[in-house]
Amino acid sequence: MRPFDYQRAERLEHAAQLTGEPDTLALAGGTNLVDLMKLQVETPQTLVDIGRLSLGTIAEDGEGLRIGALATNTATAVHPRVLADYPVLARAILAGATQQLRNKATTGGNLCQRTRCYYFTNIDQPCNKREPGSGCGAIKGIARIHAVLGTSPQCIATYPGDMAVAMAALDASVEIASERRSRTVPVRNFHRLPGDTPEKDNVLEPGEIITAVTLPAPVGGVQLYRKVRERSSYAFALCSVAAVVDLEEGRFTRADLAFGGLAHKPWHDPRIADLLIGSEPSLALFDKAADLLLEGAESYGENDFKIPLARRTLAAVLCEATGVEP
Amino acid sequence: MAISINGQDYALPQDPRTSLLDFIRGEARLPGTKKGCDHGQCGACTVLVNGIRINSCLSLAVTNDGDEVTTIEGLGTLAAPSEMQLAFVAHDGFQCGYCTPGQICSATAMLQEIAAGWPSDATADLGAAPALTDDEIRERMSGNLCRCGAYANIVAAIRDVAGENA
Repeated sequence: MRPFDYQRAERLEHAAQLTGEPDTLALAGGTNLVDLMKLQVETPQTLVDIGRLSLGTIAEDGEGLRIGALATNTATAVHPRVLADYPVLARAILAGATQQLRNKATTGGNLCQRTRCYYFTNIDQPCNKREPGSGCGAIKGIARIHAVLGTSPQCIATYPGDMAVAMAALDASVEIASERRSRTVPVRNFHRLPGDTPEKDNVLEPGEIITAVTLPAPVGGVQLYRKVRERSSYAFALCSVAAVVDLEEGRFTRADLAFGGLAHKPWHDPRIADLLIGSEPSLALFDKAADLLLEGAESYGENDFKIPLARRTLAAVLCEATGVEP
Repeated sequence: MAISINGQDYALPQDPRTSLLDFIRGEARLPGTKKGCDHGQCGACTVLVNGIRINSCLSLAVTNDGDEVTTIEGLGTLAAPSEMQLAFVAHDGFQCGYCTPGQICSATAMLQEIAAGWPSDATADLGAAPALTDDEIRERMSGNLCRCGAYANIVAAIRDVAGENA
């Protein structure tokens, strides 16, 4: 690990001021950042410990729920309101990492976790995300875990998390504060596509700190999180589907779906809900939904399997949610 | 500014790069906690911080000031081993023993998590109290690797302790 200057932020304003400086990173749970610092993928000059700020509360927010940025993944997943009203979020968090990691990892940190692309985490390899302009090793290399949607010639990395996929399905919002202003960004718009600036994972600017994620009023329905991975525990998603689905008189009245493991961000395509709502569930309909999801999908050899996998996982989840025979 | 490890206070390290794991082994001279992968993947470094299990390799010790850390040495001694330690011996829950301190710290915390009603990925009904099935034990212990493959006996040891306390 490279040497760095350690500072502890005592107040939010202090944290925002410190993290606005160049070569400065904020440290929360550290389960991803400390690892990346050991690998010298992250080499901050200054590390600002925000872990003692009062941002860990989970509290009622009107009819919704406000999850403080420093609430641990465990605290969120075992919270009675989350279990009762937002089970897709509890399921997504519990499907990720291990208990030890979830006990330390935070809500804000989880949103900001970085890709597990092998080229990104190996400083001997080219990577436009880690070192802009150095090239992408994955596009013609080992690309089994990589994206098939929204890629660019610069980067085919995926956003690796589960929690944010469920938050995208639930249409949650990220609260962000800086010295000058505070703003709210839908989770669906928080992460970016790589384009020509793959070094930017999300819309956070220097000096901005995530303060909370807010969940809208509960909508009920059937909530499912299906994660397909190489082994049954402690592995990242090759493909995942978060679904919040409701039917009345045999027709969809709600179909909020988000997908993990397929893109540089939790993938949400509003056209899928438009297609499904008002229609009777059937395998043919689910196939049309997959056509929309995968329109423009591009694969890179080793990850060719992800396109049919996404189609089948989508159908499996919708079958489970609606009772249609697979 | 100090870290309490098994009830004894230690001054924070000078170098902020020091992981809690290296601090426990180097500064506190408690070699029970093991360094396996040093990247949060194997669980050999599992300790309890304020009663919660974490990977000590991924925590910078400077961030732990004021925390109460419990290592394997704090759970039991040769003269007075903990129930979980005795069960690992009784069931042969290890071969080489390198992962064992992490396994036992993890298993000890895991039973408290079950008692607190925390669900896991293996819990079918999020609204019900989790049952201690073998599937639950395996899922909840998936952060602790054993390259000797003593898993079957580790599950038996945990089941044994849980049964006695049920």
